[in-house]
Amino acid sequence: MQNDNYITATCRIHNNEMFVDGQSIFKTQAADFAEFSKKAYQHLGISYPKFFKMDNLSKLAFLGAELLLKPEHHQSNTALVFANKSSSLDTDVKYQQSIADKGNYFPSPAVFVYTLPNICVGEISIRHQLKSENSFFIFDAFNANLMCSYANLLIDTQKAHAVLCGWIEYFNEDYRAFLYLVSPNGNTIHNKQSLETAYNQ
Amino acid sequence: MSKPVYIAQTNCITPLGFDVDGNIEQILAKVSGIALHQNLTKSGIPFYAAVVDEHRLNQAFQDARMHFTKLEKMLLLALQPVVTESGIVLNEEVALIFSTTKGNVEKLEENYTNIEPALLSGLAQKMADVVGFKTQPIVISNACVSGIMAVSVAKRLIQAEVYKHVFIVAGDAVTEFVVSGFNSFQAMSDAPCKPYSKNRSGVTLGEAAAAVLVTSDPTNAKVKILGDGSINDANHISGPSRTGEGLFRSVASAMKEAKMIPEQIDYISAHGTATPFNDEMESIAFSRSGLSAAPLNSLKGFYGHTLGASGLLETVIGIESVLRNQLFVSLGYDELGVSEPINIIEENRYKPLIRFLKTASGFGGCNTAVIFEKMN
Repeated sequence: MQNDNYITATCRIHNNEMFVDGQSIFKTQAADFAEFSKKAYQHLGISYPKFFKMDNLSKLAFLGAELLLKPEHHQSNTALVFANKSSSLDTDVKYQQSIADKGNYFPSPAVFVYTLPNICVGEISIRHQLKSENSFFIFDAFNANLMCSYANLLIDTQKAHAVLCGWIEYFNEDYRAFLYLVSPNGNTIHNKQSLETAYNQ
Repeated sequence: MSKPVYIAQTNCITPLGFDVDGNIEQILAKVSGIALHQNLTKSGIPFYAAVVDEHRLNQAFQDARMHFTKLEKMLLLALQPVVTESGIVLNEEVALIFSTTKGNVEKLEENYTNIEPALLSGLAQKMADVVGFKTQPIVISNACVSGIMAVSVAKRLIQAEVYKHVFIVAGDAVTEFVVSGFNSFQAMSDAPCKPYSKNRSGVTLGEAAAAVLVTSDPTNAKVKILGDGSINDANHISGPSRTGEGLFRSVASAMKEAKMIPEQIDYISAHGTATPFNDEMESIAFSRSGLSAAPLNSLKGFYGHTLGASGLLETVIGIESVLRNQLFVSLGYDELGVSEPINIIEENRYKPLIRFLKTASGFGGCNTAVIFEKMN
């Protein structure tokens, strides 16, 4: 019988506010996600100009990862398992607009590259130098069951020492990020119930 | 946690045919699915692609209960026979994984303010409902490794006893959305693609659907899944690592799990998109892995790059290779154009084969490697 794994830390980003382990650590007024994400970036004292090339989904995932990943994770084998409902559709729609009208045709590789949901995982891999297991799933809603099983098995089969899991949903200014670290150590047991509780907090 | 897991049923819907045997016949005859098409996109500019004939598809697909897109017809034609022939009762122990990069992205052409018809979970649920699955479908959308990553995920879920059987269906269509995108990268070749070749000049896009059954039941098993790895390059979101880091580590992870040495790999079904960077990166990763001598091909000369379908379709064909002891030619190859030595299969030929490695790489720095072993 495998040992339990634990939820080591959680964060949420929603409605212009960021929470770590249930505590609000940043809240601001912002007209849109672009403004919120810029203010959050500045508040966290990040220096990473590539942030401003990212699409909204990647910015949201990036900020979440920034809250939870510490320097010690750079060397450890921390896998990335992310999921959402809308895939990369926020950017897909922008890209579609750029090719819809033959008289106003401007497809850009800088936009097209973000028409895949796993790019946000790639951005986090690069930022934190995580040469680790990574996957992107699509569900109609946060699937605590599958996420729990998959993160556990990665650790239990030694494919990863820890797993950063994320539900990163973004479409048309409607966004919700819920990220959490799973590892063999911690206080809150990693199971379907505790995940659903943390998600719905 | 090392319960053996197998692939027991396979099927594919491609420009080369609507069953596996038909596809192999065409491959042995060196017939490519790539052709010059004029009217695929609104611009009318001709380009090479591997496209499933719509008329033939509509003759084969006879379900008139509701409207289905071309992609949905391909997916169902691939999946339904696999489910039926397995004889497996679809209950809570049986999952469906659907792999795709863009799904029904063409729905955005009709109305780009309503994304509902383009949601991948909706497409997966439709497939699941038509076929009769009782569990919530799992969608993997992880760029061009999606098809083979699904095999790894299925095997892992079965070994963790989350499910007993997992059916996988993978598919993507050639769309204006994707064609224009690859064009914007100047990544599309103006001739049929030439993987690993000196004069390669980019991808040829393709569309296909493939389906397999992954199961812990050895009855009718074709191959056993020995090991897997899906490691990110952590280097660049649209170009591969110059040292092939992620692919190298993915192969290493799979080999370690399989308890194998490189000499035991009889054949490599690689990614080989025919872009300058991808093919070069693969040669470096395989060389670093001690796999320079293993006979290797890319199937993209036959099928084009089928995106989310590619990893699964190419695995289905790779399984036929080992079952038939037949190496298939790496179509489109002429002269080695990568800096590290790799052993490209230059003609269809007989060779006793037991174990093969399937790899794929994709945007976002992702890579997947899976090792298979033929059943006796």
